[in-house]
Amino acid sequence: MGNVGVTDLLVLVLACAAGTYLWRALGVAVAGRLDPDGEIFSWMACVALAMIAGLVARMLVEPVGVLASTSLLERLGATACGLVMYFVLTRRNLLAGVVGGCVAIVLLHLLR
Amino acid sequence: MDKPTINYHTPRGALAAGARDALGAPIAVLAAGYVGYGALASGFDFPLWLIVASSLLIFALPGQLIMLEMHAVSAPLVLIVLAVSLSASRFLPMTTVLSAMMRHHRYPNWQMYASAHILAMTGWVAAVARVPQLPAEQRLPYFVGFALLCWIACAAASAVGYFLAGQMSELVKLGLVFMNPIYFLLILTGETKAALGRLALAAGAVTGPVAHVFAPQWSLLAAGLVGGSVAYALHRWRRQRG
Repeated sequence: MGNVGVTDLLVLVLACAAGTYLWRALGVAVAGRLDPDGEIFSWMACVALAMIAGLVARMLVEPVGVLASTSLLERLGATACGLVMYFVLTRRNLLAGVVGGCVAIVLLHLLR
Repeated sequence: MDKPTINYHTPRGALAAGARDALGAPIAVLAAGYVGYGALASGFDFPLWLIVASSLLIFALPGQLIMLEMHAVSAPLVLIVLAVSLSASRFLPMTTVLSAMMRHHRYPNWQMYASAHILAMTGWVAAVARVPQLPAEQRLPYFVGFALLCWIACAAASAVGYFLAGQMSELVKLGLVFMNPIYFLLILTGETKAALGRLALAAGAVTGPVAHVFAPQWSLLAAGLVGGSVAYALHRWRRQRG
């Protein structure tokens, strides 16, 4: 285990857990003062949705890690397969769409 | 807010329905990520129990990966915690929106705070689509049923990853990693019906990659703030004109 003891690792994990939970708790606290039919709520929902859409676009356009070994064309092709599987071939079966997209990216990457 | 269109009759029924809805795509996507985490952590000399404990205690995959990678290069504790916490800032808008939807006098504050810990982005997109369709007192139990199962599955997946370390080919990893973008893309395009929501998605898809070029650490929240605000402003402007 080298010089790093398990106690140090545990402290690291606990500190990271606290730093993460902070934001969750803050969200609950803010929500307590928010009217779910109000304008601020609509804006926050927009922020959250835009954030996730931004992440997805980033993963598809500028991937890091394993996905970076694929070309943009392979990722777009696999995305199209997932969309067809979800919207056209099945009645919006999420698992089928996800599996379809993942099988497609592996096949497209193998075939090139 | 929408009128309830689905009724599970009792909080207990809603809890079970939430757990049922988690089985399938949401758990598969989350677990795939945590298998990768467990495999990576075993290579960094983390004991099995601590890998599982870290998934249960932190339950934020991007942050956990940052923790491992910074620890591997012996970064100081304070810096690691700062970077991890920064990456968790995405939880602020997500928990705010979901908590405001789930609030009900029947459930005390501590239950709201406890439920926030088991929130993951994967569960958020599914819950935000379903929760407004439920009667108010069934919303929190539905989410807890959904998220609790995801949370336990991720702990188990971390352990599986620990044992699978080094045995997964690049192609298998590729398929597992691709689950994330495709899952979010499908559920967001399929379940976001309101014009405002669709506008927010489109705006975020543009701001996301741009923000990543300028500030990778802050890019998620920054893209959300800019894209979400632009979408909201456009919507108000159109409403006032029409």
